[in-house]
Amino acid sequence: MADLLELSVAAATARIASGEISADEYFAAWRGAAAGDELNAYLWQVEDGNGYEIAEGPLKGIPVAVKDIFCTEGSPTTAGSRILEGYRPPYSATAVRRLDAAGARVLGKTNMDEFAMGSSNENSAYGPVLNPWDRGRVPGGSSGGSAAAVAGGLAPCALGTDTGGSIRQPASLCGIVGLKPTYGAISRYGMIAFASSLDQCGPLTRDVTDAALLLEALQGRDPLDSTSVGIEGGIVAPSREDLKGLRFGVPGELARDSFEAGVREVFERTLAEIERLGGEIAEVALPSAEHGISAYYVLAPAEASSNLARYDGVRYGMRSESAADLLEMYETTRAEGFGPEVKRRIMLGTYALSSGYYDAYYGQAQKVRTRIAEDFADSFAKVDFVVTPTSPSVAFGLGEKTDDPLSMYLNDFFTVPMSLAGIPAISIPAGLAEPEGGGTRLPVGFQIAAPAFAEQKLLEAAYALEQAIGFDAKPGGGDG
Amino acid sequence: MVGELSGILDHVDRIGKLDLEGVEPTSHVVALENVLRADEPRPSLPREAALAPAPEPLDGAFRVPSPQADA
Repeated sequence: MADLLELSVAAATARIASGEISADEYFAAWRGAAAGDELNAYLWQVEDGNGYEIAEGPLKGIPVAVKDIFCTEGSPTTAGSRILEGYRPPYSATAVRRLDAAGARVLGKTNMDEFAMGSSNENSAYGPVLNPWDRGRVPGGSSGGSAAAVAGGLAPCALGTDTGGSIRQPASLCGIVGLKPTYGAISRYGMIAFASSLDQCGPLTRDVTDAALLLEALQGRDPLDSTSVGIEGGIVAPSREDLKGLRFGVPGELARDSFEAGVREVFERTLAEIERLGGEIAEVALPSAEHGISAYYVLAPAEASSNLARYDGVRYGMRSESAADLLEMYETTRAEGFGPEVKRRIMLGTYALSSGYYDAYYGQAQKVRTRIAEDFADSFAKVDFVVTPTSPSVAFGLGEKTDDPLSMYLNDFFTVPMSLAGIPAISIPAGLAEPEGGGTRLPVGFQIAAPAFAEQKLLEAAYALEQAIGFDAKPGGGDG
Repeated sequence: MVGELSGILDHVDRIGKLDLEGVEPTSHVVALENVLRADEPRPSLPREAALAPAPEPLDGAFRVPSPQADA
């Protein structure tokens, strides 16, 4: 059994296609592994995978851990919130349907920060997820359950969503690959909305090849999501072995940004690896990126305050039992159903959108967004990619930042600018570093961003770098 | 929570001081055009399925408490 679980998704699909292993056997092995979840990574697991109709396709028989933000017909879908407790959607998200059509099956639904608002998975109404590398630390968020499931050997691959870093940051903190595709690459139909101008779905996998395989199955235009356009030409498995002729831009601002010494060391070692592969390192300027967090924490809460107005106890989810009349029912349902971070963002969002403050906050943030997109456009005129660390630190301790929301928000410093610009970015594990204050060495992610819809080129570069880095450390194991 | 929100707003206020006169606001990063489809009836979610997740479905509708407490 253990051998089956070691296979990459790409290797497993090849063996299932050749008949060497059966899809049912492979699924059953993963169901057994998922059942041993001690990380609180899953909120729900499929009970019986056998007897299920498997489609013939490139992902035939592959179990996928799906973030609980995706609607799955007939199966619980909570978005990590009490307000959706007991909700079983009458339809499935397009992303889930596309995986089904490719032959994959939902293995379970993964824990997450409530409505994807968070960077540590501590905002889940169903308890925090533990980092498989050190159970006293967070897995990152908001796709923390998906990342922990893949890193902890509870799923071969997972689906997540990224609004300001929610795929890349947990992938970084858990030592796996996380890809946020271009805004518009994948349909968001049936993906519970947080901030609609930023939300994007993407894969969390053990390697870059698997990320490419999932992206190809997921991407495409969907008549049910008017913002989806797909990726022209599709995605094929990456095979590039060097980085000759490619230019990697390092933001000059990084020199004065504060991040952990261990993260800086791994980042610089990775830059040297790029040069060894024939790539060229150049300096670029992202002068407006430092305002990304401020702009993001106006825009995302503003959109969320509107999107979350639908949770009123009428059509789905929980309803407060104690209300005497309709208005009180709305109020008590929302007061009891939403957690503190969601309430905080709804208040920030409604404040930023209120007349008198709209121009100063929302209007100004939209202009900063333009500036950040221009910074990237200027950079991509000179280089092929922009690279940064994914997160300013390795995984931090449970409870370490929960009393200080602003310090939690600043954890998204390196991932938010790409989200605001709508461009694709991938985090790959680049090495291990000791956390500040000492302790077990933990994974450090390296982020590569590319121009809109340049996913194939991005995956090729990430693949070449991945092969050269040869990261093979495992939670609980040695440095490998 | 009051103190937390003030701290966040103080940070966010930094962008208030930037001179962004003449910069176009970005509401959306993908250049979208309006797309029209033929106005033809298509199957939709059956009423029972749409009502099934509701806390209190009643006679094909969503039941809610009275808008007036003493009604």
